[in-house]
Order: sequence, then C-alpha cells, then structure tokens
Amino acid sequence: MQNQEQHTALKNIVQDILDEAVKQGASAAEAGLSQENGLSVSVRLGDVETIEHHCDQGLGVTVYFGQRKGSASTTDLSPASIKETVSAACSIARYTSEDEYSGLPEPELLATEFPDLDLNHPWDIGVDGAIALAIECEDAARSYHEEISNSEGASVDTHQGIRVMGNTLGFLQGYASTRHSLSCSVLAQRGDSMQRDYWYTVARNARDLESAVDVGNKAAERTLRRLQARSLSTRQCPVLYCAETASGLLSSFIGAISGGNLYRKSSFLLDALGTQVFPEFVRIHEQPYLKGALGSGAYDGEGVATQTRDIVSEGILRGYVLSTYSARKLGLHSTGNAGGVHNLTIDPGKLDYQGMLKELNTGLLVTELMGQGVNMVTGDYSRGAAGFWVENGEIQYPVEEITIAGNLKDMLKNIVAVGNDVDYRGNIRTGSILVERMSIAGE
Amino acid sequence: MEILNLARQAILMPAGIQDGDIEKIMNRLLSSPVDAADIYFQSSHFESWVMEGGIIKEGSHNIEQGAGVRAVFGEKTGFAYSDRIELPVLLEAANNVKAIVRQGQEADPLHCKVSIKAADWPKHYATQNPLKSLADQQKIDLLRRVDSETRKLDSRIEEVIVSLVGVHEHILVARQDGSLVADVRPLVRMNVTVIVEQDGQREQGSMGGGGRSDYNYFIDRDIALEYGREAVRQALVNLEAVEAPAGNMTVVLGSGWPGILLHEAIGHGLEGDFNRKGTSAFSGRVGERVASDLCTVVDDGTLPGRRGSLTIDDEGTPTEKTVLIENGILKGYMQDQLNARLMGVNPTGNGRRESYAHLPMPRMTNTYMLPGQHDPEEIIKSVKKGLYAKNFGGGQVDITSGKFVFSASEAYLIENGKITRAVKGATLIGNGPDVLTKVSMVGTDLELDSGVGSCGKDGQSVPVGVGQPTLKIDGLTVGGTSV
Repeated sequence: MQNQEQHTALKNIVQDILDEAVKQGASAAEAGLSQENGLSVSVRLGDVETIEHHCDQGLGVTVYFGQRKGSASTTDLSPASIKETVSAACSIARYTSEDEYSGLPEPELLATEFPDLDLNHPWDIGVDGAIALAIECEDAARSYHEEISNSEGASVDTHQGIRVMGNTLGFLQGYASTRHSLSCSVLAQRGDSMQRDYWYTVARNARDLESAVDVGNKAAERTLRRLQARSLSTRQCPVLYCAETASGLLSSFIGAISGGNLYRKSSFLLDALGTQVFPEFVRIHEQPYLKGALGSGAYDGEGVATQTRDIVSEGILRGYVLSTYSARKLGLHSTGNAGGVHNLTIDPGKLDYQGMLKELNTGLLVTELMGQGVNMVTGDYSRGAAGFWVENGEIQYPVEEITIAGNLKDMLKNIVAVGNDVDYRGNIRTGSILVERMSIAGE
Repeated sequence: MEILNLARQAILMPAGIQDGDIEKIMNRLLSSPVDAADIYFQSSHFESWVMEGGIIKEGSHNIEQGAGVRAVFGEKTGFAYSDRIELPVLLEAANNVKAIVRQGQEADPLHCKVSIKAADWPKHYATQNPLKSLADQQKIDLLRRVDSETRKLDSRIEEVIVSLVGVHEHILVARQDGSLVADVRPLVRMNVTVIVEQDGQREQGSMGGGGRSDYNYFIDRDIALEYGREAVRQALVNLEAVEAPAGNMTVVLGSGWPGILLHEAIGHGLEGDFNRKGTSAFSGRVGERVASDLCTVVDDGTLPGRRGSLTIDDEGTPTEKTVLIENGILKGYMQDQLNARLMGVNPTGNGRRESYAHLPMPRMTNTYMLPGQHDPEEIIKSVKKGLYAKNFGGGQVDITSGKFVFSASEAYLIENGKITRAVKGATLIGNGPDVLTKVSMVGTDLELDSGVGSCGKDGQSVPVGVGQPTLKIDGLTVGGTSV
C-alpha cells in the first residue's frame, strides 16, 4: 500500500517535470526519478565495523527543442529545485547543436506491457539481524583453516528502491526493486606469502542468497588456494577463463557491438553484423523477462520495450546493442538497450568445471584479472592475471604476476568450449570459457 | 572566515540551518559516549559539454547536495546521510548513527557549542566558480575552436571528441568540538579524443588536463589546442605500432603521468586503513628499505591548483606534504582521523570521501617522486634492450599480495641505447614492495601529470594527481603478444 502511494507520488512528480518542460518551451522531454533506501553493515574480526544507513534520491531530465537537447539532474526534489533543474536543461538546449538523430524513441517502440518481473522483495533483517549474519559468515571464514590469518570482514547490504520514468509521448511507468548481498574477504598467510580473496552472493530475494557459512567457507578456500603463488615463464598456451572472469570477456564483446562505439567507429567489430564472430556452437542471447533476475526489465532507460532475442547464433553476429540515438546514427532501430543489456546469456556447453579443466588439459586457469588493458578500437588485449597452472586437467600450483595478451577478435573466434558452471550473480550469465591460445608474459 | 561564509551561504542558508541546529544535531550524536563525530555538508554544481561529430552534442547540469552524519566509537563507525538538509531528517540520522555505541550508556552531557576558529591554513586554490568563469557561448566557442583546429592537423583524422567539465563544490564540516571548517573547491577538466584511420586500420589517441582552477586555464597559453595536438600525435604513433614484447625486461618510464606507477605500486599500500588492519604488503614495515636509495616519494595535497590538491581534507584537516619514502626507506603512511587515532599517529590530511553519501577514508592527493641526478637521454642510452613507456591508461593493485598493473598506451622499444619502433599498448605487472628497489636511475626531469586522474577505492572515486621524473627499472614484466 505504502508502495502504491509512493509510486503515485513519484509518477506525479515526473509528470510535473514533463509539464514544466513543455511550459518552458520544450517540444519534447523525458524524465526519470529514483528513490532508494538501504542498510549496509560490516563486521571485522567478530565485531561491528560500520553501520551505514543509505537514503538516496535523484531526478534527471532531458529536454528537446526540436533537434537540440539539454540535460540536468538534481538530488533536491523540492518544487523550486525541480523548476530550476528544468530551466537548467532548457538553458543548455539553447547552446547545443541541431542534431538530426536526437529525440525521443519512435512511439511504436515504447513498452506497452509491464509484467510483474518479481524484482521486489524487501528484506526486513534489521541492524541486529544483519550484524549476526555477517558475523556468522566471517566466523565461518576465519575458522575454516589455521592459515586464515586476518580479515577484511564480512558485510550485509540491503537496498530497496523505486524508479519512475516518463516522456512527453505519454509513457509513464515505474517499478520497485530490491537487491541484497552478503560478502566476505579474508587473508591467509604461509611464510612470506600473504594473499586475500573474497566471495559474495547477491539476489533480488534474500531467500535466494547463499548461506552465510557457504560464503565464508568459499572466501576462505579461495584465499588459501592462492598461497605461495609464483610467476610463469613467458609462453603461449591455452587459457581457461573461470566463470567470473569470463563475464568480462563477454562484456568487452558487448562493448564492441554497442551503438556508441560503432557509430564513433571505435570498435574492433565494425561492420561485423551477419559475419562469423564466434565459433559455430556459440549462442548469446538476452533474457529481459526472467523472473527475479538481476538484469530483468520490461523497458530500457528510454522506455523502449526490451527484447528476448539472439545477439549471436551459430557464432554469427545477429544484432547490435543500440539505444535510440545510436540506432538512428547507424540507420537502424533501438534494440531496447539504452542503459545496457538484460541478462545476457551464453548457452552453456556440456562440460562442468572439472570437465573444462580436463578440456584445457595443460594451460592457464585465470581466476582474476587486473587493470583495463583493452583497446576497443583495435581489440588489442593485455591484462594482469592470477590463477593456476594446470597440467593434464589437474591444478598444479597458483600463479600471479603474469599478463595474458591477445587480440579480442581472435580470442572470440578461438573459443574452444563454454562450461555449464554458470555464475548467475550478474547481468552477464556465463560458465567458464576456454580460449585456444594466448600470450603469457611472466618472469 | 570568508570561505566559511561562502559555504554557509551556499549550503546552510538555503536549507535554513542555523548554528543552533548544528549544535542540536551534534549534541544528539554526543549523547552516547562516542570517540568522534562529524557532520559533513556538501553542495556541488557540475556541468559538462561534449562536442562530437563536429557538433555540440550534449550538455548537462547537475546539482548534488546533502549531509552525512558520522559517529565513531573505537573501531566502529555509524553513518547515515540524506539529500535533504533539514533539521528533523538530520536529527533522525544522528539517532541512527549514535546507536553504534551498543552499551546503551549515556554520556556525560557534553554540550557542543559551535565555535568559529580562524582558518589560518594556507589556501591552495581560488574560490571562484569555474562554471561562471566563461559565458556558456564562450564555452561552446572554446570547444568549437579545439575541434576545428584539431581536425586540421592531419587528413587521417576520422573523429574528434572534445569534452569540457567543471565542478564548483562547497563543503562544510562540523566537528565534535564545535568547530566549523569549510572549503570551496573548483575543478575543471578538458579532454580531446581522436580516432584516426589509415588503410582501413584505426587507432585512437587521447589527451586532457585541468586542475582546481577555472576554464581560463584552457585558454591561457592555448593549452586546449595542445591537448588536440598531443591526442593526434599519440593516435598516429599507434598506427605505426608493432606487437609489444612479452616478458621481463628493463623498462624506462617517462616523466609525468607514468607516475601512476607510484600510485598503484606503493601509494595504496601505504594508506593508513590497510596498515592499521595489517592487510597491506607494506604493513609493519616503517623504517625498512622498500626502494633503492635514489627514491624519495611524497604525497602532497598542498600544490597550488593541482587536481589532487585540497586546502583541507574532508574531515577538516589541513593537507600537507607527507614523506612516504625517503632515500628508499619507508617513512610513514597516509592517514585520516580514525586510523591516525587508532595507530597513535597524527592525521596527514588524507581523509577523503567521494561525497556526503560516503564515509571518509585515507586516500592519496598528489603522489610523486622527487627528481634525481640523471639526464633522461643518458637513461635511455644506458639500456641495451628494453621498453620505453611514455604514456599510460589506468592501473590497479592488490594491496595484500602487492601485485599491481598499469597499462601503457604509448610505448617504444629501446635497442642499443636508442628509441626505435613504437609498440602497441601493453599492461605492465610487478610487485609493489620490490619494484622500487629495482630503480637504478632517476631523471632530473620531474613532471606532474596534466590533471586527469581519478582514483577508485571501495566504490568511491576522487580526483588525484601523480608525477615522477624519467625512471629506469631493472626488470618489470611487459604483457605484450610477441613471445
């Protein structure tokens, strides 16, 4: 009920903003408003470290005067501030240029159906409950093994918020969502070797979180296995990206087929539509309507309906990732991706994690990547890495202080297998990914 | 005094908050036996303009304001914030926050009285509003001029993107002793990115700069056009670049922005919080050798007008020039108030926060190495085979294992003491606690970066600066593809 009232109140504010924009002479406008509350509790060495109460709000407005555009935002939602924010946006539109591609989405692309995607599950855990859960998690990690020597602590975060957006085409929608997480980070020491690693769980519904003990145990186990890591000699070999690092590989691919990079010609996949980008067995698709998933949404940042669609099938690039503006620049239509992709999924293969290690046979398992090191224009790729040296499908020893390098165009084409050890904790859902060959630089 | 009044006018007066209200909130915080408490008020005005494809494509104006209320008890911190600077909201925040003291005991009624102390510390930048330093039309004209002058430089230029960003920020910190301190912080930045194409091959180059100044910074000495020239030069160099080498080799780092080495390799590891907790590879090593005796590294928030400079940090502590490493010996850490108190040392003016909605923690300001004795050309000449890395993108560090990376965006092979071919960008990886022990030559040419750095820690981003003279490192892993 309270939710419903808040919804209506926020919708009214968005409508007021749009009305104000029109009153100030805008020919079109769009506005978004969000309110979020949250609690973050962290504990360290068995005692409370921080308790943070979050309370955020913000509104953003974009106005169009014909083909000229201006934007403004504020955290102050008072009527006077709203008026000033709209005038600031209008004032900017006096100076921006006519841009034939700018403007609101085509009306027929706006979302018209708004199914309940099961994104809102407030967690009434309270400060004391959150402290207890975090302590349970950290205790599990600290008592896991005697070599666990120190802790960066465990934390519980819970957020709930409402977002409303509207435009002068009559679109006015909002939804509430929640996001909860539990994380833990510990240190281990053996001789001179000190290492740190972490684990976390995140979900829309607290019921779907991994247990505190599991999170703590995994954090400890991941830390311990890194002890006494060494470098490798410089070489070329196959590289297996674990599921968590594989999502970064797909995220670089998405960057390369995103409208902004395409129309600026700053992508290594220009004109790749309809061509073989991955091996034939690869299918990558978007699933915006998954119930309760982290990347779900019926419309994008502009109100355009999201699509369940294949971006890659049979290894061939079938579609780009476009907003209204970038689509028009390319002579195409928005794909409902203003603000990003929705539950991007690469079809898992038949092999589980152990099976993927066997498939790797002898090579590098990468479990952590460091730095940026990706040139979107050329696809040149060079990043710091840590992980494990694997021989005959068995992990031999941890490695660190190495880099892995190649060119993304080749790396994507030379994917050998995708595992079914899928990491569901993000907006990109992938299992581990095996790349045939990369350059390793080390000692 | 003048700055405090400016901050009051910008933040407190529009919200109708009086000194008596601040006393009420503070007394509410102090009704539990906390060790420290503060209220951080902030009001930021931010604008950005982007020129792309030869047109003024985007402009935006953003206002961010609010207050954060914090209470500290031992190692525990309670924190709440709101975008609404209103007495009842902040009193409620204070109630939530002081619950960090779990014992439920009441403090001796400690009455906070707002007292105004003379701000006798030196100021490191002017207070003028950069957003008003040029008329909007002049900002547009500046962007257009940079765009058109840059496009004229070479026929291979495909696209030019120019952005201009300005921030005018007021902050006011009320501390538990009743003192009020304030700062007015201007910040401007301009960036030019170019894409060039030759025979179907594309490359990009990017250059920018700025500082705690106003937009005239870009017009005086025509520095904006210099950014365009530099971006084009880098892009064209990269068109000719061959595969980068892979493996461990001698690396010569250029002066200026390559100082990101210091930021990643040692800077983060010397932040007080990690060292109090014993989680840094540098923990417990004050007094030990962590670099060759050629290396002296400081963190200096007092440099006039630099991007990383602050007159006072976000806890109201005046910034200073803190010696981190002197002639190779680790001297001390960078501290905020909490970690300084718990470690029994003085705060160093490094308590920074992204905004009122974030907790302060020890952060760097401008981190750089002092110049040495060697002529930069002599340094190159001394290398038989190695890499000369002149420009960098970003970096990252694991403070516990000490491993750090930073990515070269412009690099060359050194062969027999001469710079020969350009090579593609590559990530360099090393171990923080020993990379500086391998510094065998330090140039005379100390240079600070042009003013583009932002540092991320725990999800909080703050502007920083770096710098160094030309350095020779006897052995660093270069992550190229040419094995």
